[in-house]
Amino acid sequence: MAEVETQTPDYQLRRWLNIRKLLERSGPFCHPDFEPSAEILDFIMNSCKVLIVGAGGLGCELLKDLALMGFKKLHVVDMDTIELSNLNRQFLFRRNDIGLSKAKCAVDFVNKRIPGCEAVAHHCPIQDLDEGFYRQFHIVVCGLDSIVARRWLNGMLVSLLQYNDDRSLDQSSVIPLVDGGTEGFKGNARVILPGMSACIECTLDLYPPQKTFPLCTIANTPRLPEHCVEYVKVLQWEKENPWGNVTPLDGDDPQHVAWVYEKAQERAMKYGITSVTYRLTQGVLKNIIPAVASTNAAIAATCATEVFKLASSCCVNMNNYMVLNMADGVYTYTFNAEKRTDCVTCSNTTKVMEVDHDVTLQTIYNKLCEDNAFLMKNPGITTVINGRNKTLYMPTVKSIEEKTRDNLKKKITELGLFNGAEILVADVTTPNTVTIKLKLLERIDVDL
Amino acid sequence: MASPSPKSPEQSEKNKQYDRQLRLWGDHGQTALENGHICLINATALGTEILKSIVLPGVGAITIVDHNIVSEEDIGSNFFLECSSKGQNRAAETLRLLLELNPAVQGHAVQEPTEQILQENPDFFKSFSVVVATSLGEKIIQDLAQHLWDINVPFMLCRSVGFLGSFRIQIKEHAIVETHPENEQIGLRLDIPFPALSEYLSNFNIDTVDLKDHGQIPWIVILYKAVQKWQLVNQNRWPMSRKEKNEIKEIIQSFIRKDENGIPIEEENFEEALRAVNTALIPTFLPVKIQELLYCSSATNLTKDSLPFWIMCSALRNFIESEGKSKLPLRGVIPDMTSSTEHYVKLQTMYRNQAAMEAEIVYRKVQEIVAQLHCESISEAEVKLFCRHSHDLHLIKGSNIAMEYQLGSNNVASYIARYLEEPDVMMVHYILLRAAEMFRSEHCRAPGEWEPEADIAKLKICVSKLLSDISCSPFSKDDHIHEMCRYGGTEIHSVSAFLGGCIAHEAIKIVTKQYNPVNNTFIYDGASTNTATFTF
Repeated sequence: MAEVETQTPDYQLRRWLNIRKLLERSGPFCHPDFEPSAEILDFIMNSCKVLIVGAGGLGCELLKDLALMGFKKLHVVDMDTIELSNLNRQFLFRRNDIGLSKAKCAVDFVNKRIPGCEAVAHHCPIQDLDEGFYRQFHIVVCGLDSIVARRWLNGMLVSLLQYNDDRSLDQSSVIPLVDGGTEGFKGNARVILPGMSACIECTLDLYPPQKTFPLCTIANTPRLPEHCVEYVKVLQWEKENPWGNVTPLDGDDPQHVAWVYEKAQERAMKYGITSVTYRLTQGVLKNIIPAVASTNAAIAATCATEVFKLASSCCVNMNNYMVLNMADGVYTYTFNAEKRTDCVTCSNTTKVMEVDHDVTLQTIYNKLCEDNAFLMKNPGITTVINGRNKTLYMPTVKSIEEKTRDNLKKKITELGLFNGAEILVADVTTPNTVTIKLKLLERIDVDL
Repeated sequence: MASPSPKSPEQSEKNKQYDRQLRLWGDHGQTALENGHICLINATALGTEILKSIVLPGVGAITIVDHNIVSEEDIGSNFFLECSSKGQNRAAETLRLLLELNPAVQGHAVQEPTEQILQENPDFFKSFSVVVATSLGEKIIQDLAQHLWDINVPFMLCRSVGFLGSFRIQIKEHAIVETHPENEQIGLRLDIPFPALSEYLSNFNIDTVDLKDHGQIPWIVILYKAVQKWQLVNQNRWPMSRKEKNEIKEIIQSFIRKDENGIPIEEENFEEALRAVNTALIPTFLPVKIQELLYCSSATNLTKDSLPFWIMCSALRNFIESEGKSKLPLRGVIPDMTSSTEHYVKLQTMYRNQAAMEAEIVYRKVQEIVAQLHCESISEAEVKLFCRHSHDLHLIKGSNIAMEYQLGSNNVASYIARYLEEPDVMMVHYILLRAAEMFRSEHCRAPGEWEPEADIAKLKICVSKLLSDISCSPFSKDDHIHEMCRYGGTEIHSVSAFLGGCIAHEAIKIVTKQYNPVNNTFIYDGASTNTATFTF
């Protein structure tokens, strides 16, 4: 169909009249820097590059929302493929798409539905993309389902920050991160200005710890149906599964799940426990979080509104963390999450770890995992001695893990570390190595 | 070695697709949803965003009423329209694209104006579980609201303009059995143990238990024993005050065994008992809210047309007055606790059996009432569910939207006036949304649609008139009036998407009768990221 409007610049098309009223008119509540003009929509459409991380429940909604708010230069990254259980909320996918890349299907759908939109898909993990990739974006918005991935992304954006000679932040290097998360009928949305406001690491304590069952309960005194499933998963699978003892348990394989279900039922029966169901079994194995379309829609929309405000300055952003609960009525609460001056990731200061002088490497490893300041998953620790790299402990590569395991028992002073020495730590939660200065404490009796 | 092909059946396709939501409202909730039929009036961006999140989870059917023709601006903000939709009927086009989301959903498009339907075929609305409307004019709002109130069909009136939005739920009466409260009351009946529990607790001698089994005693037993010991020197009273509860804690501490060096052994079950003192010792009681429910006229004056909820309330009241001895039926679940499997399963079974017995009594009473009234029977499963959640029953008695439009309505006026003074300007937004509606009705356009500055004065007049109509004193919120004119009646997709998600959610709550709905007006301001709930 021949469009008369092809002569008109895209941002002047009638279809965008709604958005244009917000951008070409001033009002009493606008951002102080806001200057209404047609150029803003031009910027949004033709220059503003936005990265959408995740093409699942939140990602699909985000892509739709941003495309309908005028954004054209959208990139979507997601490593997953489409499953049947996604279809109750990930509305850009159909039954025929099962098995295909989420990112690719999502951009194809939206580009077709909203002409002019030029969304680009990246079917890969976020960790496969480098600094050069992330640096090109004006804004990053994410709808991830993993805290580890969020921390990684957060770390990446922080690593792109530039500081002036006087240690002040070069604000032009700040790439805002809008982050959303949902779980059942609850969700949250936040606006992060890396280096300026609270980042993901600053507020790690907002994430509740994952519930786990003690091993002795699972092995000796099961009481709940979940205990029975965990027993099969943790103890029985390796020894008894019919696919071979090196086969990992795959919660997505219905045959695996059915086998676990049967065994869990047997155990439950032995102990007089009821209510082991297939649904419960799969929920425990895959750590399934309930999800519906409506919560995802609301949180994604909140994020999209904030992205729009960042790109256009037409309004002041949320300051800076919103919590949503739709279980009892609809309740939201917005508060200002505070940036930590000693944040390991975003404070531009030397990280220091204080330990007693006679501790072993194991103590340092434990601190890296358990201290609220670090909360790492499986850190690899190296140092530099006499100009040469020395691996102290590397759990992620099997051969090196075996060779360096004994170091954990040794005193750090035996390994060449001293007061003021620096260790270099790598972990899944951060894209770059973290440098930590050690401060060794002597136990001295002081007469005051 | 077990064979790889299990005897147990895999999930059905439907269960797989809906797995993530079934974990929230269960199979019975899904069935209720699949029996639901939602009517949308006006397939604006807000309208289709609402339906999206109802179609995806598998509502039975949707009907879209919209006589409008698709315009360019519509396409710009509505995901469920394509370029080729321009010039066609909006109901038909949006229906086509919405139904693609879920082939299991039935859909109908009605291309008539609502005014006409209301005039010529008002019974049309009787077949719906919920009617949702967007972009309605002042007059039709009142007529439609009154009609839906009269025929007892839940109604959701929705608005989205600029960064502002609202929805208002009008529902005469809505009873919820499964409210899914965040913190469920765990009634353990420790103060009035039922016979089996009493016997079990008396026969349990915690003093003679081996050390290795000492750490496996459930805290319920420990707590009970501590209370019993305390009662010996306290005239068999029940510990109530903080001082008395501390004394219980001291007794529990004294139960903890010591090792050969006299150091108390750390036992998790005793820690649990100490933590439970403050909550588990609350005497079993009948919540006032529930009592009011069971004695209200709907529960005492039953007729053949009474809803199952009220019949069950009546049976429950009967139970409380006799076998229940002023207590609600036992819930029948106990929290997980450190314990040997044997003790835990025994306790759990005891509670479960007692609960089943009490539910059975209530069920018999329900059957008697049903027989007397010659009304439809109520299943045992439904009664069991009712008994299990009897502590958290919730009833919403709604109000008619028309009342907000009545001149000189004192209650509404004083309610609004109270909130207009708040620094939190959410009630001001309500007034502005209403005033904009009035403006449109008078001037046949939105305030600021063409000339924002020129319309400010006119909108201000509407605001004053509105406030005086409902006997509120005038306010000077010129900034907000200006902002509303700035919006010029636009619909911003992300704002409508947010509201759409919330409204769909509320509709699902109404249809599944689970979780408490908003009661009854929700205001959203995307500019300040603030929301508020008002009860008109």
